[in-house]
Amino acid sequence: MKSPVTVALVGNPNAGSTSLFNALTGAQSAVANYQRVTTSLNVREITHGGVPLRIVDVPGIFSTSSQSPEEKVGCDYIHGEEPDIIVNVLDAGHLDRSLFLTTQLIETGLPRITVLNMMDEVRRAGIRIDTALLASALGSPVVETCALKKEGIDALLDAVAAMASTTPAAAPLRLHYDSHLEAAIERVQQHLSKLHPQELSPVRSRWLAIKMLEGDDEVLRHESNHVELVEEIKGEQSALAHEHDEDTASLLASARFAFSNGLLREVRQQDGDPTAGFKLTRILDDFFLNRTLGLPLLLGILWVMFEATFTLGAIPTDWIKAGVQLATDLVDKTLPEGMFHDLVVNGVMAGVGGTIVFLPNIVILFFFMAILSGTGYLARASFLMDRVMHHFGLHGTTLIPMVAGFGCNVPAVMATRVITNKRARLIAMLIAPFMNCSARLPVFILFAGAFFADIAGTVVFGIYMLSLAAAMLSAVLLNRIIPGSGGDAFVMELPPYRLPTLHSVLHHMWDSAQGFVAKVTGVILVGSIVIWFLQEFPRDITYSQDFETVIAEQTALPDSPEKETALKTLKSAQAQEKLEKSYLGRSAIAVTPLFQPLGFSWRDSAAIMTGFVAKEVVVATYAVIYAQEKGSDQLTETLRGAMPPATAIAFMIFTLLYAPCLSTIAIIGKEAQSWRWAGFSVAYSLTFAWLLALAASRIGGTFL
Amino acid sequence: MAQQMNSDTLSLADLRPEQQGEIVKIETEDGVFKRRMQSLGVVAGTPVTLDRSAPLGDPRIYSLMGYSLGLRNAEAQQIRIRVK
Repeated sequence: MKSPVTVALVGNPNAGSTSLFNALTGAQSAVANYQRVTTSLNVREITHGGVPLRIVDVPGIFSTSSQSPEEKVGCDYIHGEEPDIIVNVLDAGHLDRSLFLTTQLIETGLPRITVLNMMDEVRRAGIRIDTALLASALGSPVVETCALKKEGIDALLDAVAAMASTTPAAAPLRLHYDSHLEAAIERVQQHLSKLHPQELSPVRSRWLAIKMLEGDDEVLRHESNHVELVEEIKGEQSALAHEHDEDTASLLASARFAFSNGLLREVRQQDGDPTAGFKLTRILDDFFLNRTLGLPLLLGILWVMFEATFTLGAIPTDWIKAGVQLATDLVDKTLPEGMFHDLVVNGVMAGVGGTIVFLPNIVILFFFMAILSGTGYLARASFLMDRVMHHFGLHGTTLIPMVAGFGCNVPAVMATRVITNKRARLIAMLIAPFMNCSARLPVFILFAGAFFADIAGTVVFGIYMLSLAAAMLSAVLLNRIIPGSGGDAFVMELPPYRLPTLHSVLHHMWDSAQGFVAKVTGVILVGSIVIWFLQEFPRDITYSQDFETVIAEQTALPDSPEKETALKTLKSAQAQEKLEKSYLGRSAIAVTPLFQPLGFSWRDSAAIMTGFVAKEVVVATYAVIYAQEKGSDQLTETLRGAMPPATAIAFMIFTLLYAPCLSTIAIIGKEAQSWRWAGFSVAYSLTFAWLLALAASRIGGTFL
Repeated sequence: MAQQMNSDTLSLADLRPEQQGEIVKIETEDGVFKRRMQSLGVVAGTPVTLDRSAPLGDPRIYSLMGYSLGLRNAEAQQIRIRVK
């Protein structure tokens, strides 16, 4: 075989192929307890027993006929790349269904290894599987594993290495269909061999013939220039339909299931109640999917999540704040006066320090997301919400990318690949940026803490609800604007509840913490330095009055409380004018007329402008600007004095909804395969944000 | 012939709790949906039961082949079953 040997992990969604990939390669790819979380191929190279292996985690598929954009990745890989070895990952608890894919993989003729994953669940349910018999019936080695507990991994690697060093069997296993079907397959196969002389092996041509008779659009399109062949297929299909009163795809599917049913009757033995293993899932679902309690519970769970993100996060935040203050004071005293001192204290320390304090909130949010997704609750949430979302022209499963968007909009846009219909997917992609990602969380925690300290957790929750509402409302609008039609069928498997492993939860949190720290030390550090320079230059400002002289005159006067106040006012007026005439101030003032109706000052405009890059920079910008004007006072207090509560609400709404960060815009362009949609997303969200913020400032202004 | 079939079959959406049904046929022109259903085990002869309904009665969860499948009623109406 080639070196390295390509080993593809292929299985149903949620069969555990990503967990197995992680266990085999030591990788840390995200795993969740719902369908299709892997959106692209994961590849990693390892060596086992001296054999170099290239392990590929293929996104989960139920069948090798291409369907959703994401299943297409998996199907195209198996058909196009032809891996050296297929490791067919089966959820051992769902063999009745998952052997369907196995029967299709058998027909590819590629060397296979069958993996019975999640064997622990099966044993607990009192089910015994005769693996030796299964191996001979499937014509492949069978290995039992439990990927999450890393059991059976070495045995699997040994099997792969052994297979890599032997030549594949000359006549691989073949599934036999009923005589009419076999005759039709034979005829199509001969036709194909004539069209592609010497190119097709008998296994390959048989496989192609079956796919074409099944009506696989992709394969048919490939052969569409052979009009005669297409005609012949149609003829065979109608003859079979006439004979059996059933279309060819159904005949083939029934035959595949008949094969696997017969096989399972021989190799599987049940002691006691077969549903025993899933009893807990039933009890939990009676509660979580309860017809009256289900939806309120979902809301309650989300509320607890955001409340905890705020309140629990506040405790370590205070420690970090104190640490940042200590460090700032230390640097302030040790560095000699001058521009470098100001850059470090008022630029870097203010910007980076002002943002890093939100680390605990973000880690806690990701903890809850890991629990929601790892237990399988997220799949249930989309089931509960499907009807409601259907009213907005959305699909229940869209909830998964949307909730993922609470973490980060980039994977959210990618996760829309679960949607088969192109137009429905585009709409999901365009509304995903409205989901309040963790980068925006610092802005809301800062503002909610400053203006609504007593109900801060609820305000944060409200922002999340608003982000959901904005997404839903946009879906309705976009459904009218974007031409075409078509919803998507709601077809979703509900996985059994599973306890996420401590390791995977901790990894999720650690990953988010690392990502945030990387951002703080990257884009935010650079941003803070750039903002500091922009607000510091130009230095030769023509002031509206001669501050130097007036201040000197004041200082010369005898000491009195009035003198102190006057001096303070003068100095603050000078600082403010200096800022307004800086590059930052000038450019912000230039765009401020746009935001004037919303009640935003030029400082707010500056924060909005810099937030285009990444939303965390919004907080860093405030920190740098106010460090300049007011000294290193608490940002919260300074902010509270800077705008009325109604404006604060308008600002929060605007920040929530206006153009997502550059990375999200880029990923929309890539996934929609058009920069026009990325541009549309920016224009649309800006307009939407502006209108809603205006409404908020007008309505809020009359009440607050 | 369709009439004759309808007399002793129901659509999956009509299946009531406690009833045990058996898949007869998927009636749709949508080949992609049909193949998707088939790959999930919705083929003639598969026993199916209704597990539970979403708060507003739609979608519903069905039990077949030892797992739970969520389907909207509009889709379930395209699947014909025979009640045992």
